[in-house]
Amino acid sequence: MNGGQDLGGVHGLGPIDPEIDEPVFHAEWEKRAFALTLAMGFYGQWNIDQGRHARESMHPAKYMTSSYYQIWTEGLIKLMLDTGFVVPGEVHLGRQEVTPRDLHRDPFRADEVAGILAKGGPAVRDLATKPKFAIGSKVRARRMNPDGHTRLPRYLRGCAGEIVSHHDGHVFPDTNAHGKGENPQHLYTVRFSARELWGEDASAKDCMHADLWESYLVPA
Amino acid sequence: MSTCLQYGIRSIKRVTHHMAHDTHDHDHHHHHGEHSELSETALRVKALESLLVEKGYVDPAALDELIETYETRVGPRNGGQVVARAWTDAGFMEKLRTDATNAIADMGFIGRQGEHMVALENTPDTHNMVVCTLCSCYPWPVLGLPPVWYKAPPYRSRAVSDPRGVLAEFGVQLPENVGIKVWDSTAEIRYLVIPQRPDGTDGWSEEKLATLVTRNSMIGTGLALSPDEVAS
Repeated sequence: MNGGQDLGGVHGLGPIDPEIDEPVFHAEWEKRAFALTLAMGFYGQWNIDQGRHARESMHPAKYMTSSYYQIWTEGLIKLMLDTGFVVPGEVHLGRQEVTPRDLHRDPFRADEVAGILAKGGPAVRDLATKPKFAIGSKVRARRMNPDGHTRLPRYLRGCAGEIVSHHDGHVFPDTNAHGKGENPQHLYTVRFSARELWGEDASAKDCMHADLWESYLVPA
Repeated sequence: MSTCLQYGIRSIKRVTHHMAHDTHDHDHHHHHGEHSELSETALRVKALESLLVEKGYVDPAALDELIETYETRVGPRNGGQVVARAWTDAGFMEKLRTDATNAIADMGFIGRQGEHMVALENTPDTHNMVVCTLCSCYPWPVLGLPPVWYKAPPYRSRAVSDPRGVLAEFGVQLPENVGIKVWDSTAEIRYLVIPQRPDGTDGWSEEKLATLVTRNSMIGTGLALSPDEVAS
C-alpha cells in the first residue's frame, strides 16, 4: 500500500537530527509498549507481516508525526482487536469487560523469554521450483499498485536493475500479511544504479539495493 | 572536531554504561509541544498493560525481562566484537562473506531479527549504508534496538535518494571516487556493515579494536574511530 510508511525519496521531512548519547528507551511507557508488543506476539496469533501491515494502516498524516513506539502501540491494539483478545471499551478503560480468549496456557514467563528470542522467526522455506533469475540477470521491478501490504517500495517500481544475490525461498509478505498463506518465493537482492532511480543529477558511483521476491520482477 | 567524532565517542561511553548495568531512565523529549500527547500515550500504554495483565495475557515479570534484555545484554557491543574479529581473523572474515548468519551465530549472537544475516564490507573505494525505508528493520542480535533517527521519516526518506547528503549530516565526507552502496532492508535479510580497520592499529587485540567500532559505523552512517579519537 502507498501509505505513510513508504518513505523512500519523500522530500521535506527535515533534518535527521541524531541524538548524542541516545538511550535505548526515552520513557517508561516506551519500554512497556515495546515489551507488550513482543509478549503478545509470542502467542503466534499474527505473523510479522500482519504486524507490519497493522502499523502501516495508520493514516499517513498520523504515521509521519507519531513516534515509533506510538505506532507500535496503535498497531498492537489493532491486532488485538482484530483477533478478539480485547474489545474497544476495554482498551479505552483499561479494564476487563468480556471473558478472555482461552489460550490453553498461562502467560509467557520471564524464564521463557530468552529461549523465544533465541529461536526467532526464520523466514526461509523449502521451494520445489527453480529460480527464474540468475546472478547477473537484468530485471525490472514490476509496475504495480496494490492497496494491500507489499514490500516493493514505490521508488523502485518500473525501474531496471541487476540480480546480485539469491536467497532461496522466503515467505511472501503480500499474501502472508492478509492471512492468505506464506506462499514462499525465491528472494533476490537487486542492485539499481542511483541514476536509474533518481536521474542524472545522482552520482554515477552510487547504487541502491533491495531484497525483492520473484513475482515483483520481470526480465529487463 | 566533527559531529561524527563526538557521536562516536559518546556511543562508546554509552556501551560502557550498559556494561555497568546502568539502566536509569532518561525521560526527556525534544519538543515541548509533544508533552501532552506523550502523556496521553503514556496513560494509554499503562491502561493497556493493566488490561492485558487482568485478562491473564501477560506476566509483568516477562515484560521486565524483555526490557532488560535489550537495555543491558543485546546492543552494539555485540556487533563491535564481530567487526573486531573480522579485522583480525581472515578465516572468520571469509566465513562472514559466505555465511554471515552462522559466522555470527558461532559468536553467540542469534535469534530474533538476526535470522538471516549478510555482512557488507567497506573498502577504500566502497562505502555501505543500511536503511529500512518501509519500517525499521535492523539486526537486533548484533546492534540491539535501532536509534530513533533510524526509524524516523527523515533518514528513511533520504538514505536512498541522497546518501551523500545524509552522510554529511552525520559528519562523514567521503571522497568523490568512493562509491556508496545503499541497502534497503525490504525483506528478512539483516545487514551488518564491516567498517574499514583504522590505520595505526597494528598488533591491537580484538578487545581493544572493538572500542573503535561505533554503532553508526556498523549501520554505515559513521566510520570506525581512529586511535587518536579514542585517546582524546
